[in-house]
Amino acid sequence: MEKMPKWADVVLIPLISLALAAGLSALVILAIGEDPVAAVKLMVDGALGSSYGWGYTLYYATNFMFTGLAVAVAAHAGLFNIGGEGQAMLGGLGVAVICLFIPWPHWSLALLFAILGAGLFGAAWAAIPAYLQAKRGSHIVITTIMFNFIAAAVLNYVLVNVLKPASSMDPASARFSETVHLPSLHELLAPLGIAFSKSAPANVSLLVAITACLAVWLLIWRTSLGFEIRAFGKSEAGARYAGISPVKITIIAMMISGALAGMMAINNVMGEAERLVLNATEGAGFIGIAVALMGRNHPFGVFLAAILFGFLYQGGAELALWTKIPRELIVVIQALVILFTGALDNMVRIPLEKIFLAFRKEAN
Amino acid sequence: MDFLTLIQVLDSTVRLATPLLLACLAGLYSERAGIFDIGLEGKMLMAAFFSAAIAAVTGNVWLGLLAGIASSLVLAALHGLASITFRGNQLISGVAINFLAAGLTVLIAQDWFKQGGRTPSLLTDGRFEGLEWPFAIGPQDAAEAGRPVSQLMKDANPVQQVYSELISGHSILVYLAFLAVPATWWILYRTRFGLRLRAVGENPAAVDTAGVSVVGLRFAAVAICGLLCGIAGAYLATALQAGFVKDMTAGRGFIALAALIFAKWRPWHAMGACLLFGLLQAVALRFQNIELGPIVMPVQVMDALPYILTVVILAGFVGKAVPPRAGGDPYVKER
Repeated sequence: MEKMPKWADVVLIPLISLALAAGLSALVILAIGEDPVAAVKLMVDGALGSSYGWGYTLYYATNFMFTGLAVAVAAHAGLFNIGGEGQAMLGGLGVAVICLFIPWPHWSLALLFAILGAGLFGAAWAAIPAYLQAKRGSHIVITTIMFNFIAAAVLNYVLVNVLKPASSMDPASARFSETVHLPSLHELLAPLGIAFSKSAPANVSLLVAITACLAVWLLIWRTSLGFEIRAFGKSEAGARYAGISPVKITIIAMMISGALAGMMAINNVMGEAERLVLNATEGAGFIGIAVALMGRNHPFGVFLAAILFGFLYQGGAELALWTKIPRELIVVIQALVILFTGALDNMVRIPLEKIFLAFRKEAN
Repeated sequence: MDFLTLIQVLDSTVRLATPLLLACLAGLYSERAGIFDIGLEGKMLMAAFFSAAIAAVTGNVWLGLLAGIASSLVLAALHGLASITFRGNQLISGVAINFLAAGLTVLIAQDWFKQGGRTPSLLTDGRFEGLEWPFAIGPQDAAEAGRPVSQLMKDANPVQQVYSELISGHSILVYLAFLAVPATWWILYRTRFGLRLRAVGENPAAVDTAGVSVVGLRFAAVAICGLLCGIAGAYLATALQAGFVKDMTAGRGFIALAALIFAKWRPWHAMGACLLFGLLQAVALRFQNIELGPIVMPVQVMDALPYILTVVILAGFVGKAVPPRAGGDPYVKER
């Protein structure tokens, strides 16, 4: 018998963890000498109060959906992919190669191939740690951390020595051509008669991210590959006994995970910057960890958690603009969310299970 | 490259290896006891900030060191709470601690000093100065001779150069870090505590059966880890540099982790690995691109080399790195 109903596990525990994180964050804001209630109001106004705010919130959310899904898919296979950051960096390289060197007739075709390029580069970057884990037993957490640093060095080298235009001092690629410009939400919604902010960076990649959420749901719960991934994640011995190859599942799950992280680049590199810059990912790969934990590794949960973190990011930027609370507050909130939903999960879970058991005894 | 340049590179190797070595030994205690710690980076960063902040406010570097150690111990206690008491995921707890430190340090720095997330630059009393050994060339000789130290050094004989540049003139924390290596070896392999610590990382059930507290041992290991990370962070902010700047650890916690794997969780090898990685950093700092005959090695290769070497070691191509067997598993007592 389950100790508590499923809804409590899926909804109640994340909400309590979030409340704990929010409470502690409020204390931090108080300690700085600002008013937490005013801060939340400012965040809501700044992130959700205008289509400009929404445009940024959704732009960040798009990044986090991709990286959150990446962590979630790996987690279903029992693997902790901490290398989303490096995979997203390499994805950016893939997008840059596609956009810089091929004269595309239309953005839609360019987007299609950019998704492929980003996914391929991200998957390739995840495939090496995956292979080493599957074949040589090298701990995937450590290797993916190392690959984040190696990715940063690779990107630095490529930008400075290969992609940087000769006339430029800035370690960044040339600007992509006008034809591969992705339509922003403003351009997408204008024909429908909906006015949306012109200057916000949210773009058509949001739709790709939502499609990816759907695709991951289908993959995990409606295909035999997804079943094998989940079986492997639950019990490696059991999966092996059922004839599932651990090597195959580890490598495939990690490559899907890496591809998803890499695909983030269509949003930040192709959609927003329209060129490849150093540190284009801005830590979004790591936020994927918080998003996946918060969303309980379910694509719909990831979708909601990504929007929540998009809101925190945009709201945090507004706070930094109007108050003396620096942007790093979001990093603290992110850390607290990871701490409570991930590491201190049992701290919330065990008392809650006791409460539910007590209620059940009374009912009997 | 002349002899003095070589000595200078080795000198900066020692300086750069020190924080790696302290953090690496910190990780060694924790992981030998079965608690994975990828939060070395965060603990160092927190200690770097608090040591610099308290040293800047009080003007006393020793108070700064204590504050740094205390802040690192708080994070270590959090890691212990999450991974020992509540049997949570040790890796996720480490990730959270890294972010917590990255955010809180800047947040508090901005609130206290209003200098864009840094502390004021530390003056003489707020820093650990180099200890000048007897007969070594130092600032005093320079003042007497009326010439800068660098010139005196150039004219000195090779033995004096090695003695004055490489051996003398480091801060006390450098010597402490290198003394910690034999001390760690002795504690781990020659004391009862060390035997139990290693046992609890390999087979906690056996330790429990022998009537020794698994939880107590693991908390002790995590606390030692916090202490050493605290010293490492304080060294960064008050000896290697003069003050705290945002994200000043710059991945050193992860290089230390890499060194720990490279050393296969053994103290003397840890020193070797940290010196090697320190040398890579020193070379990357001093020379941008290195020409090896016709091939030019870009600086990015030097930056990435510690990580690449670690992956190669982990892959088992150069001898297999086997971590403590119970590493990462929370211990559940039989009921």
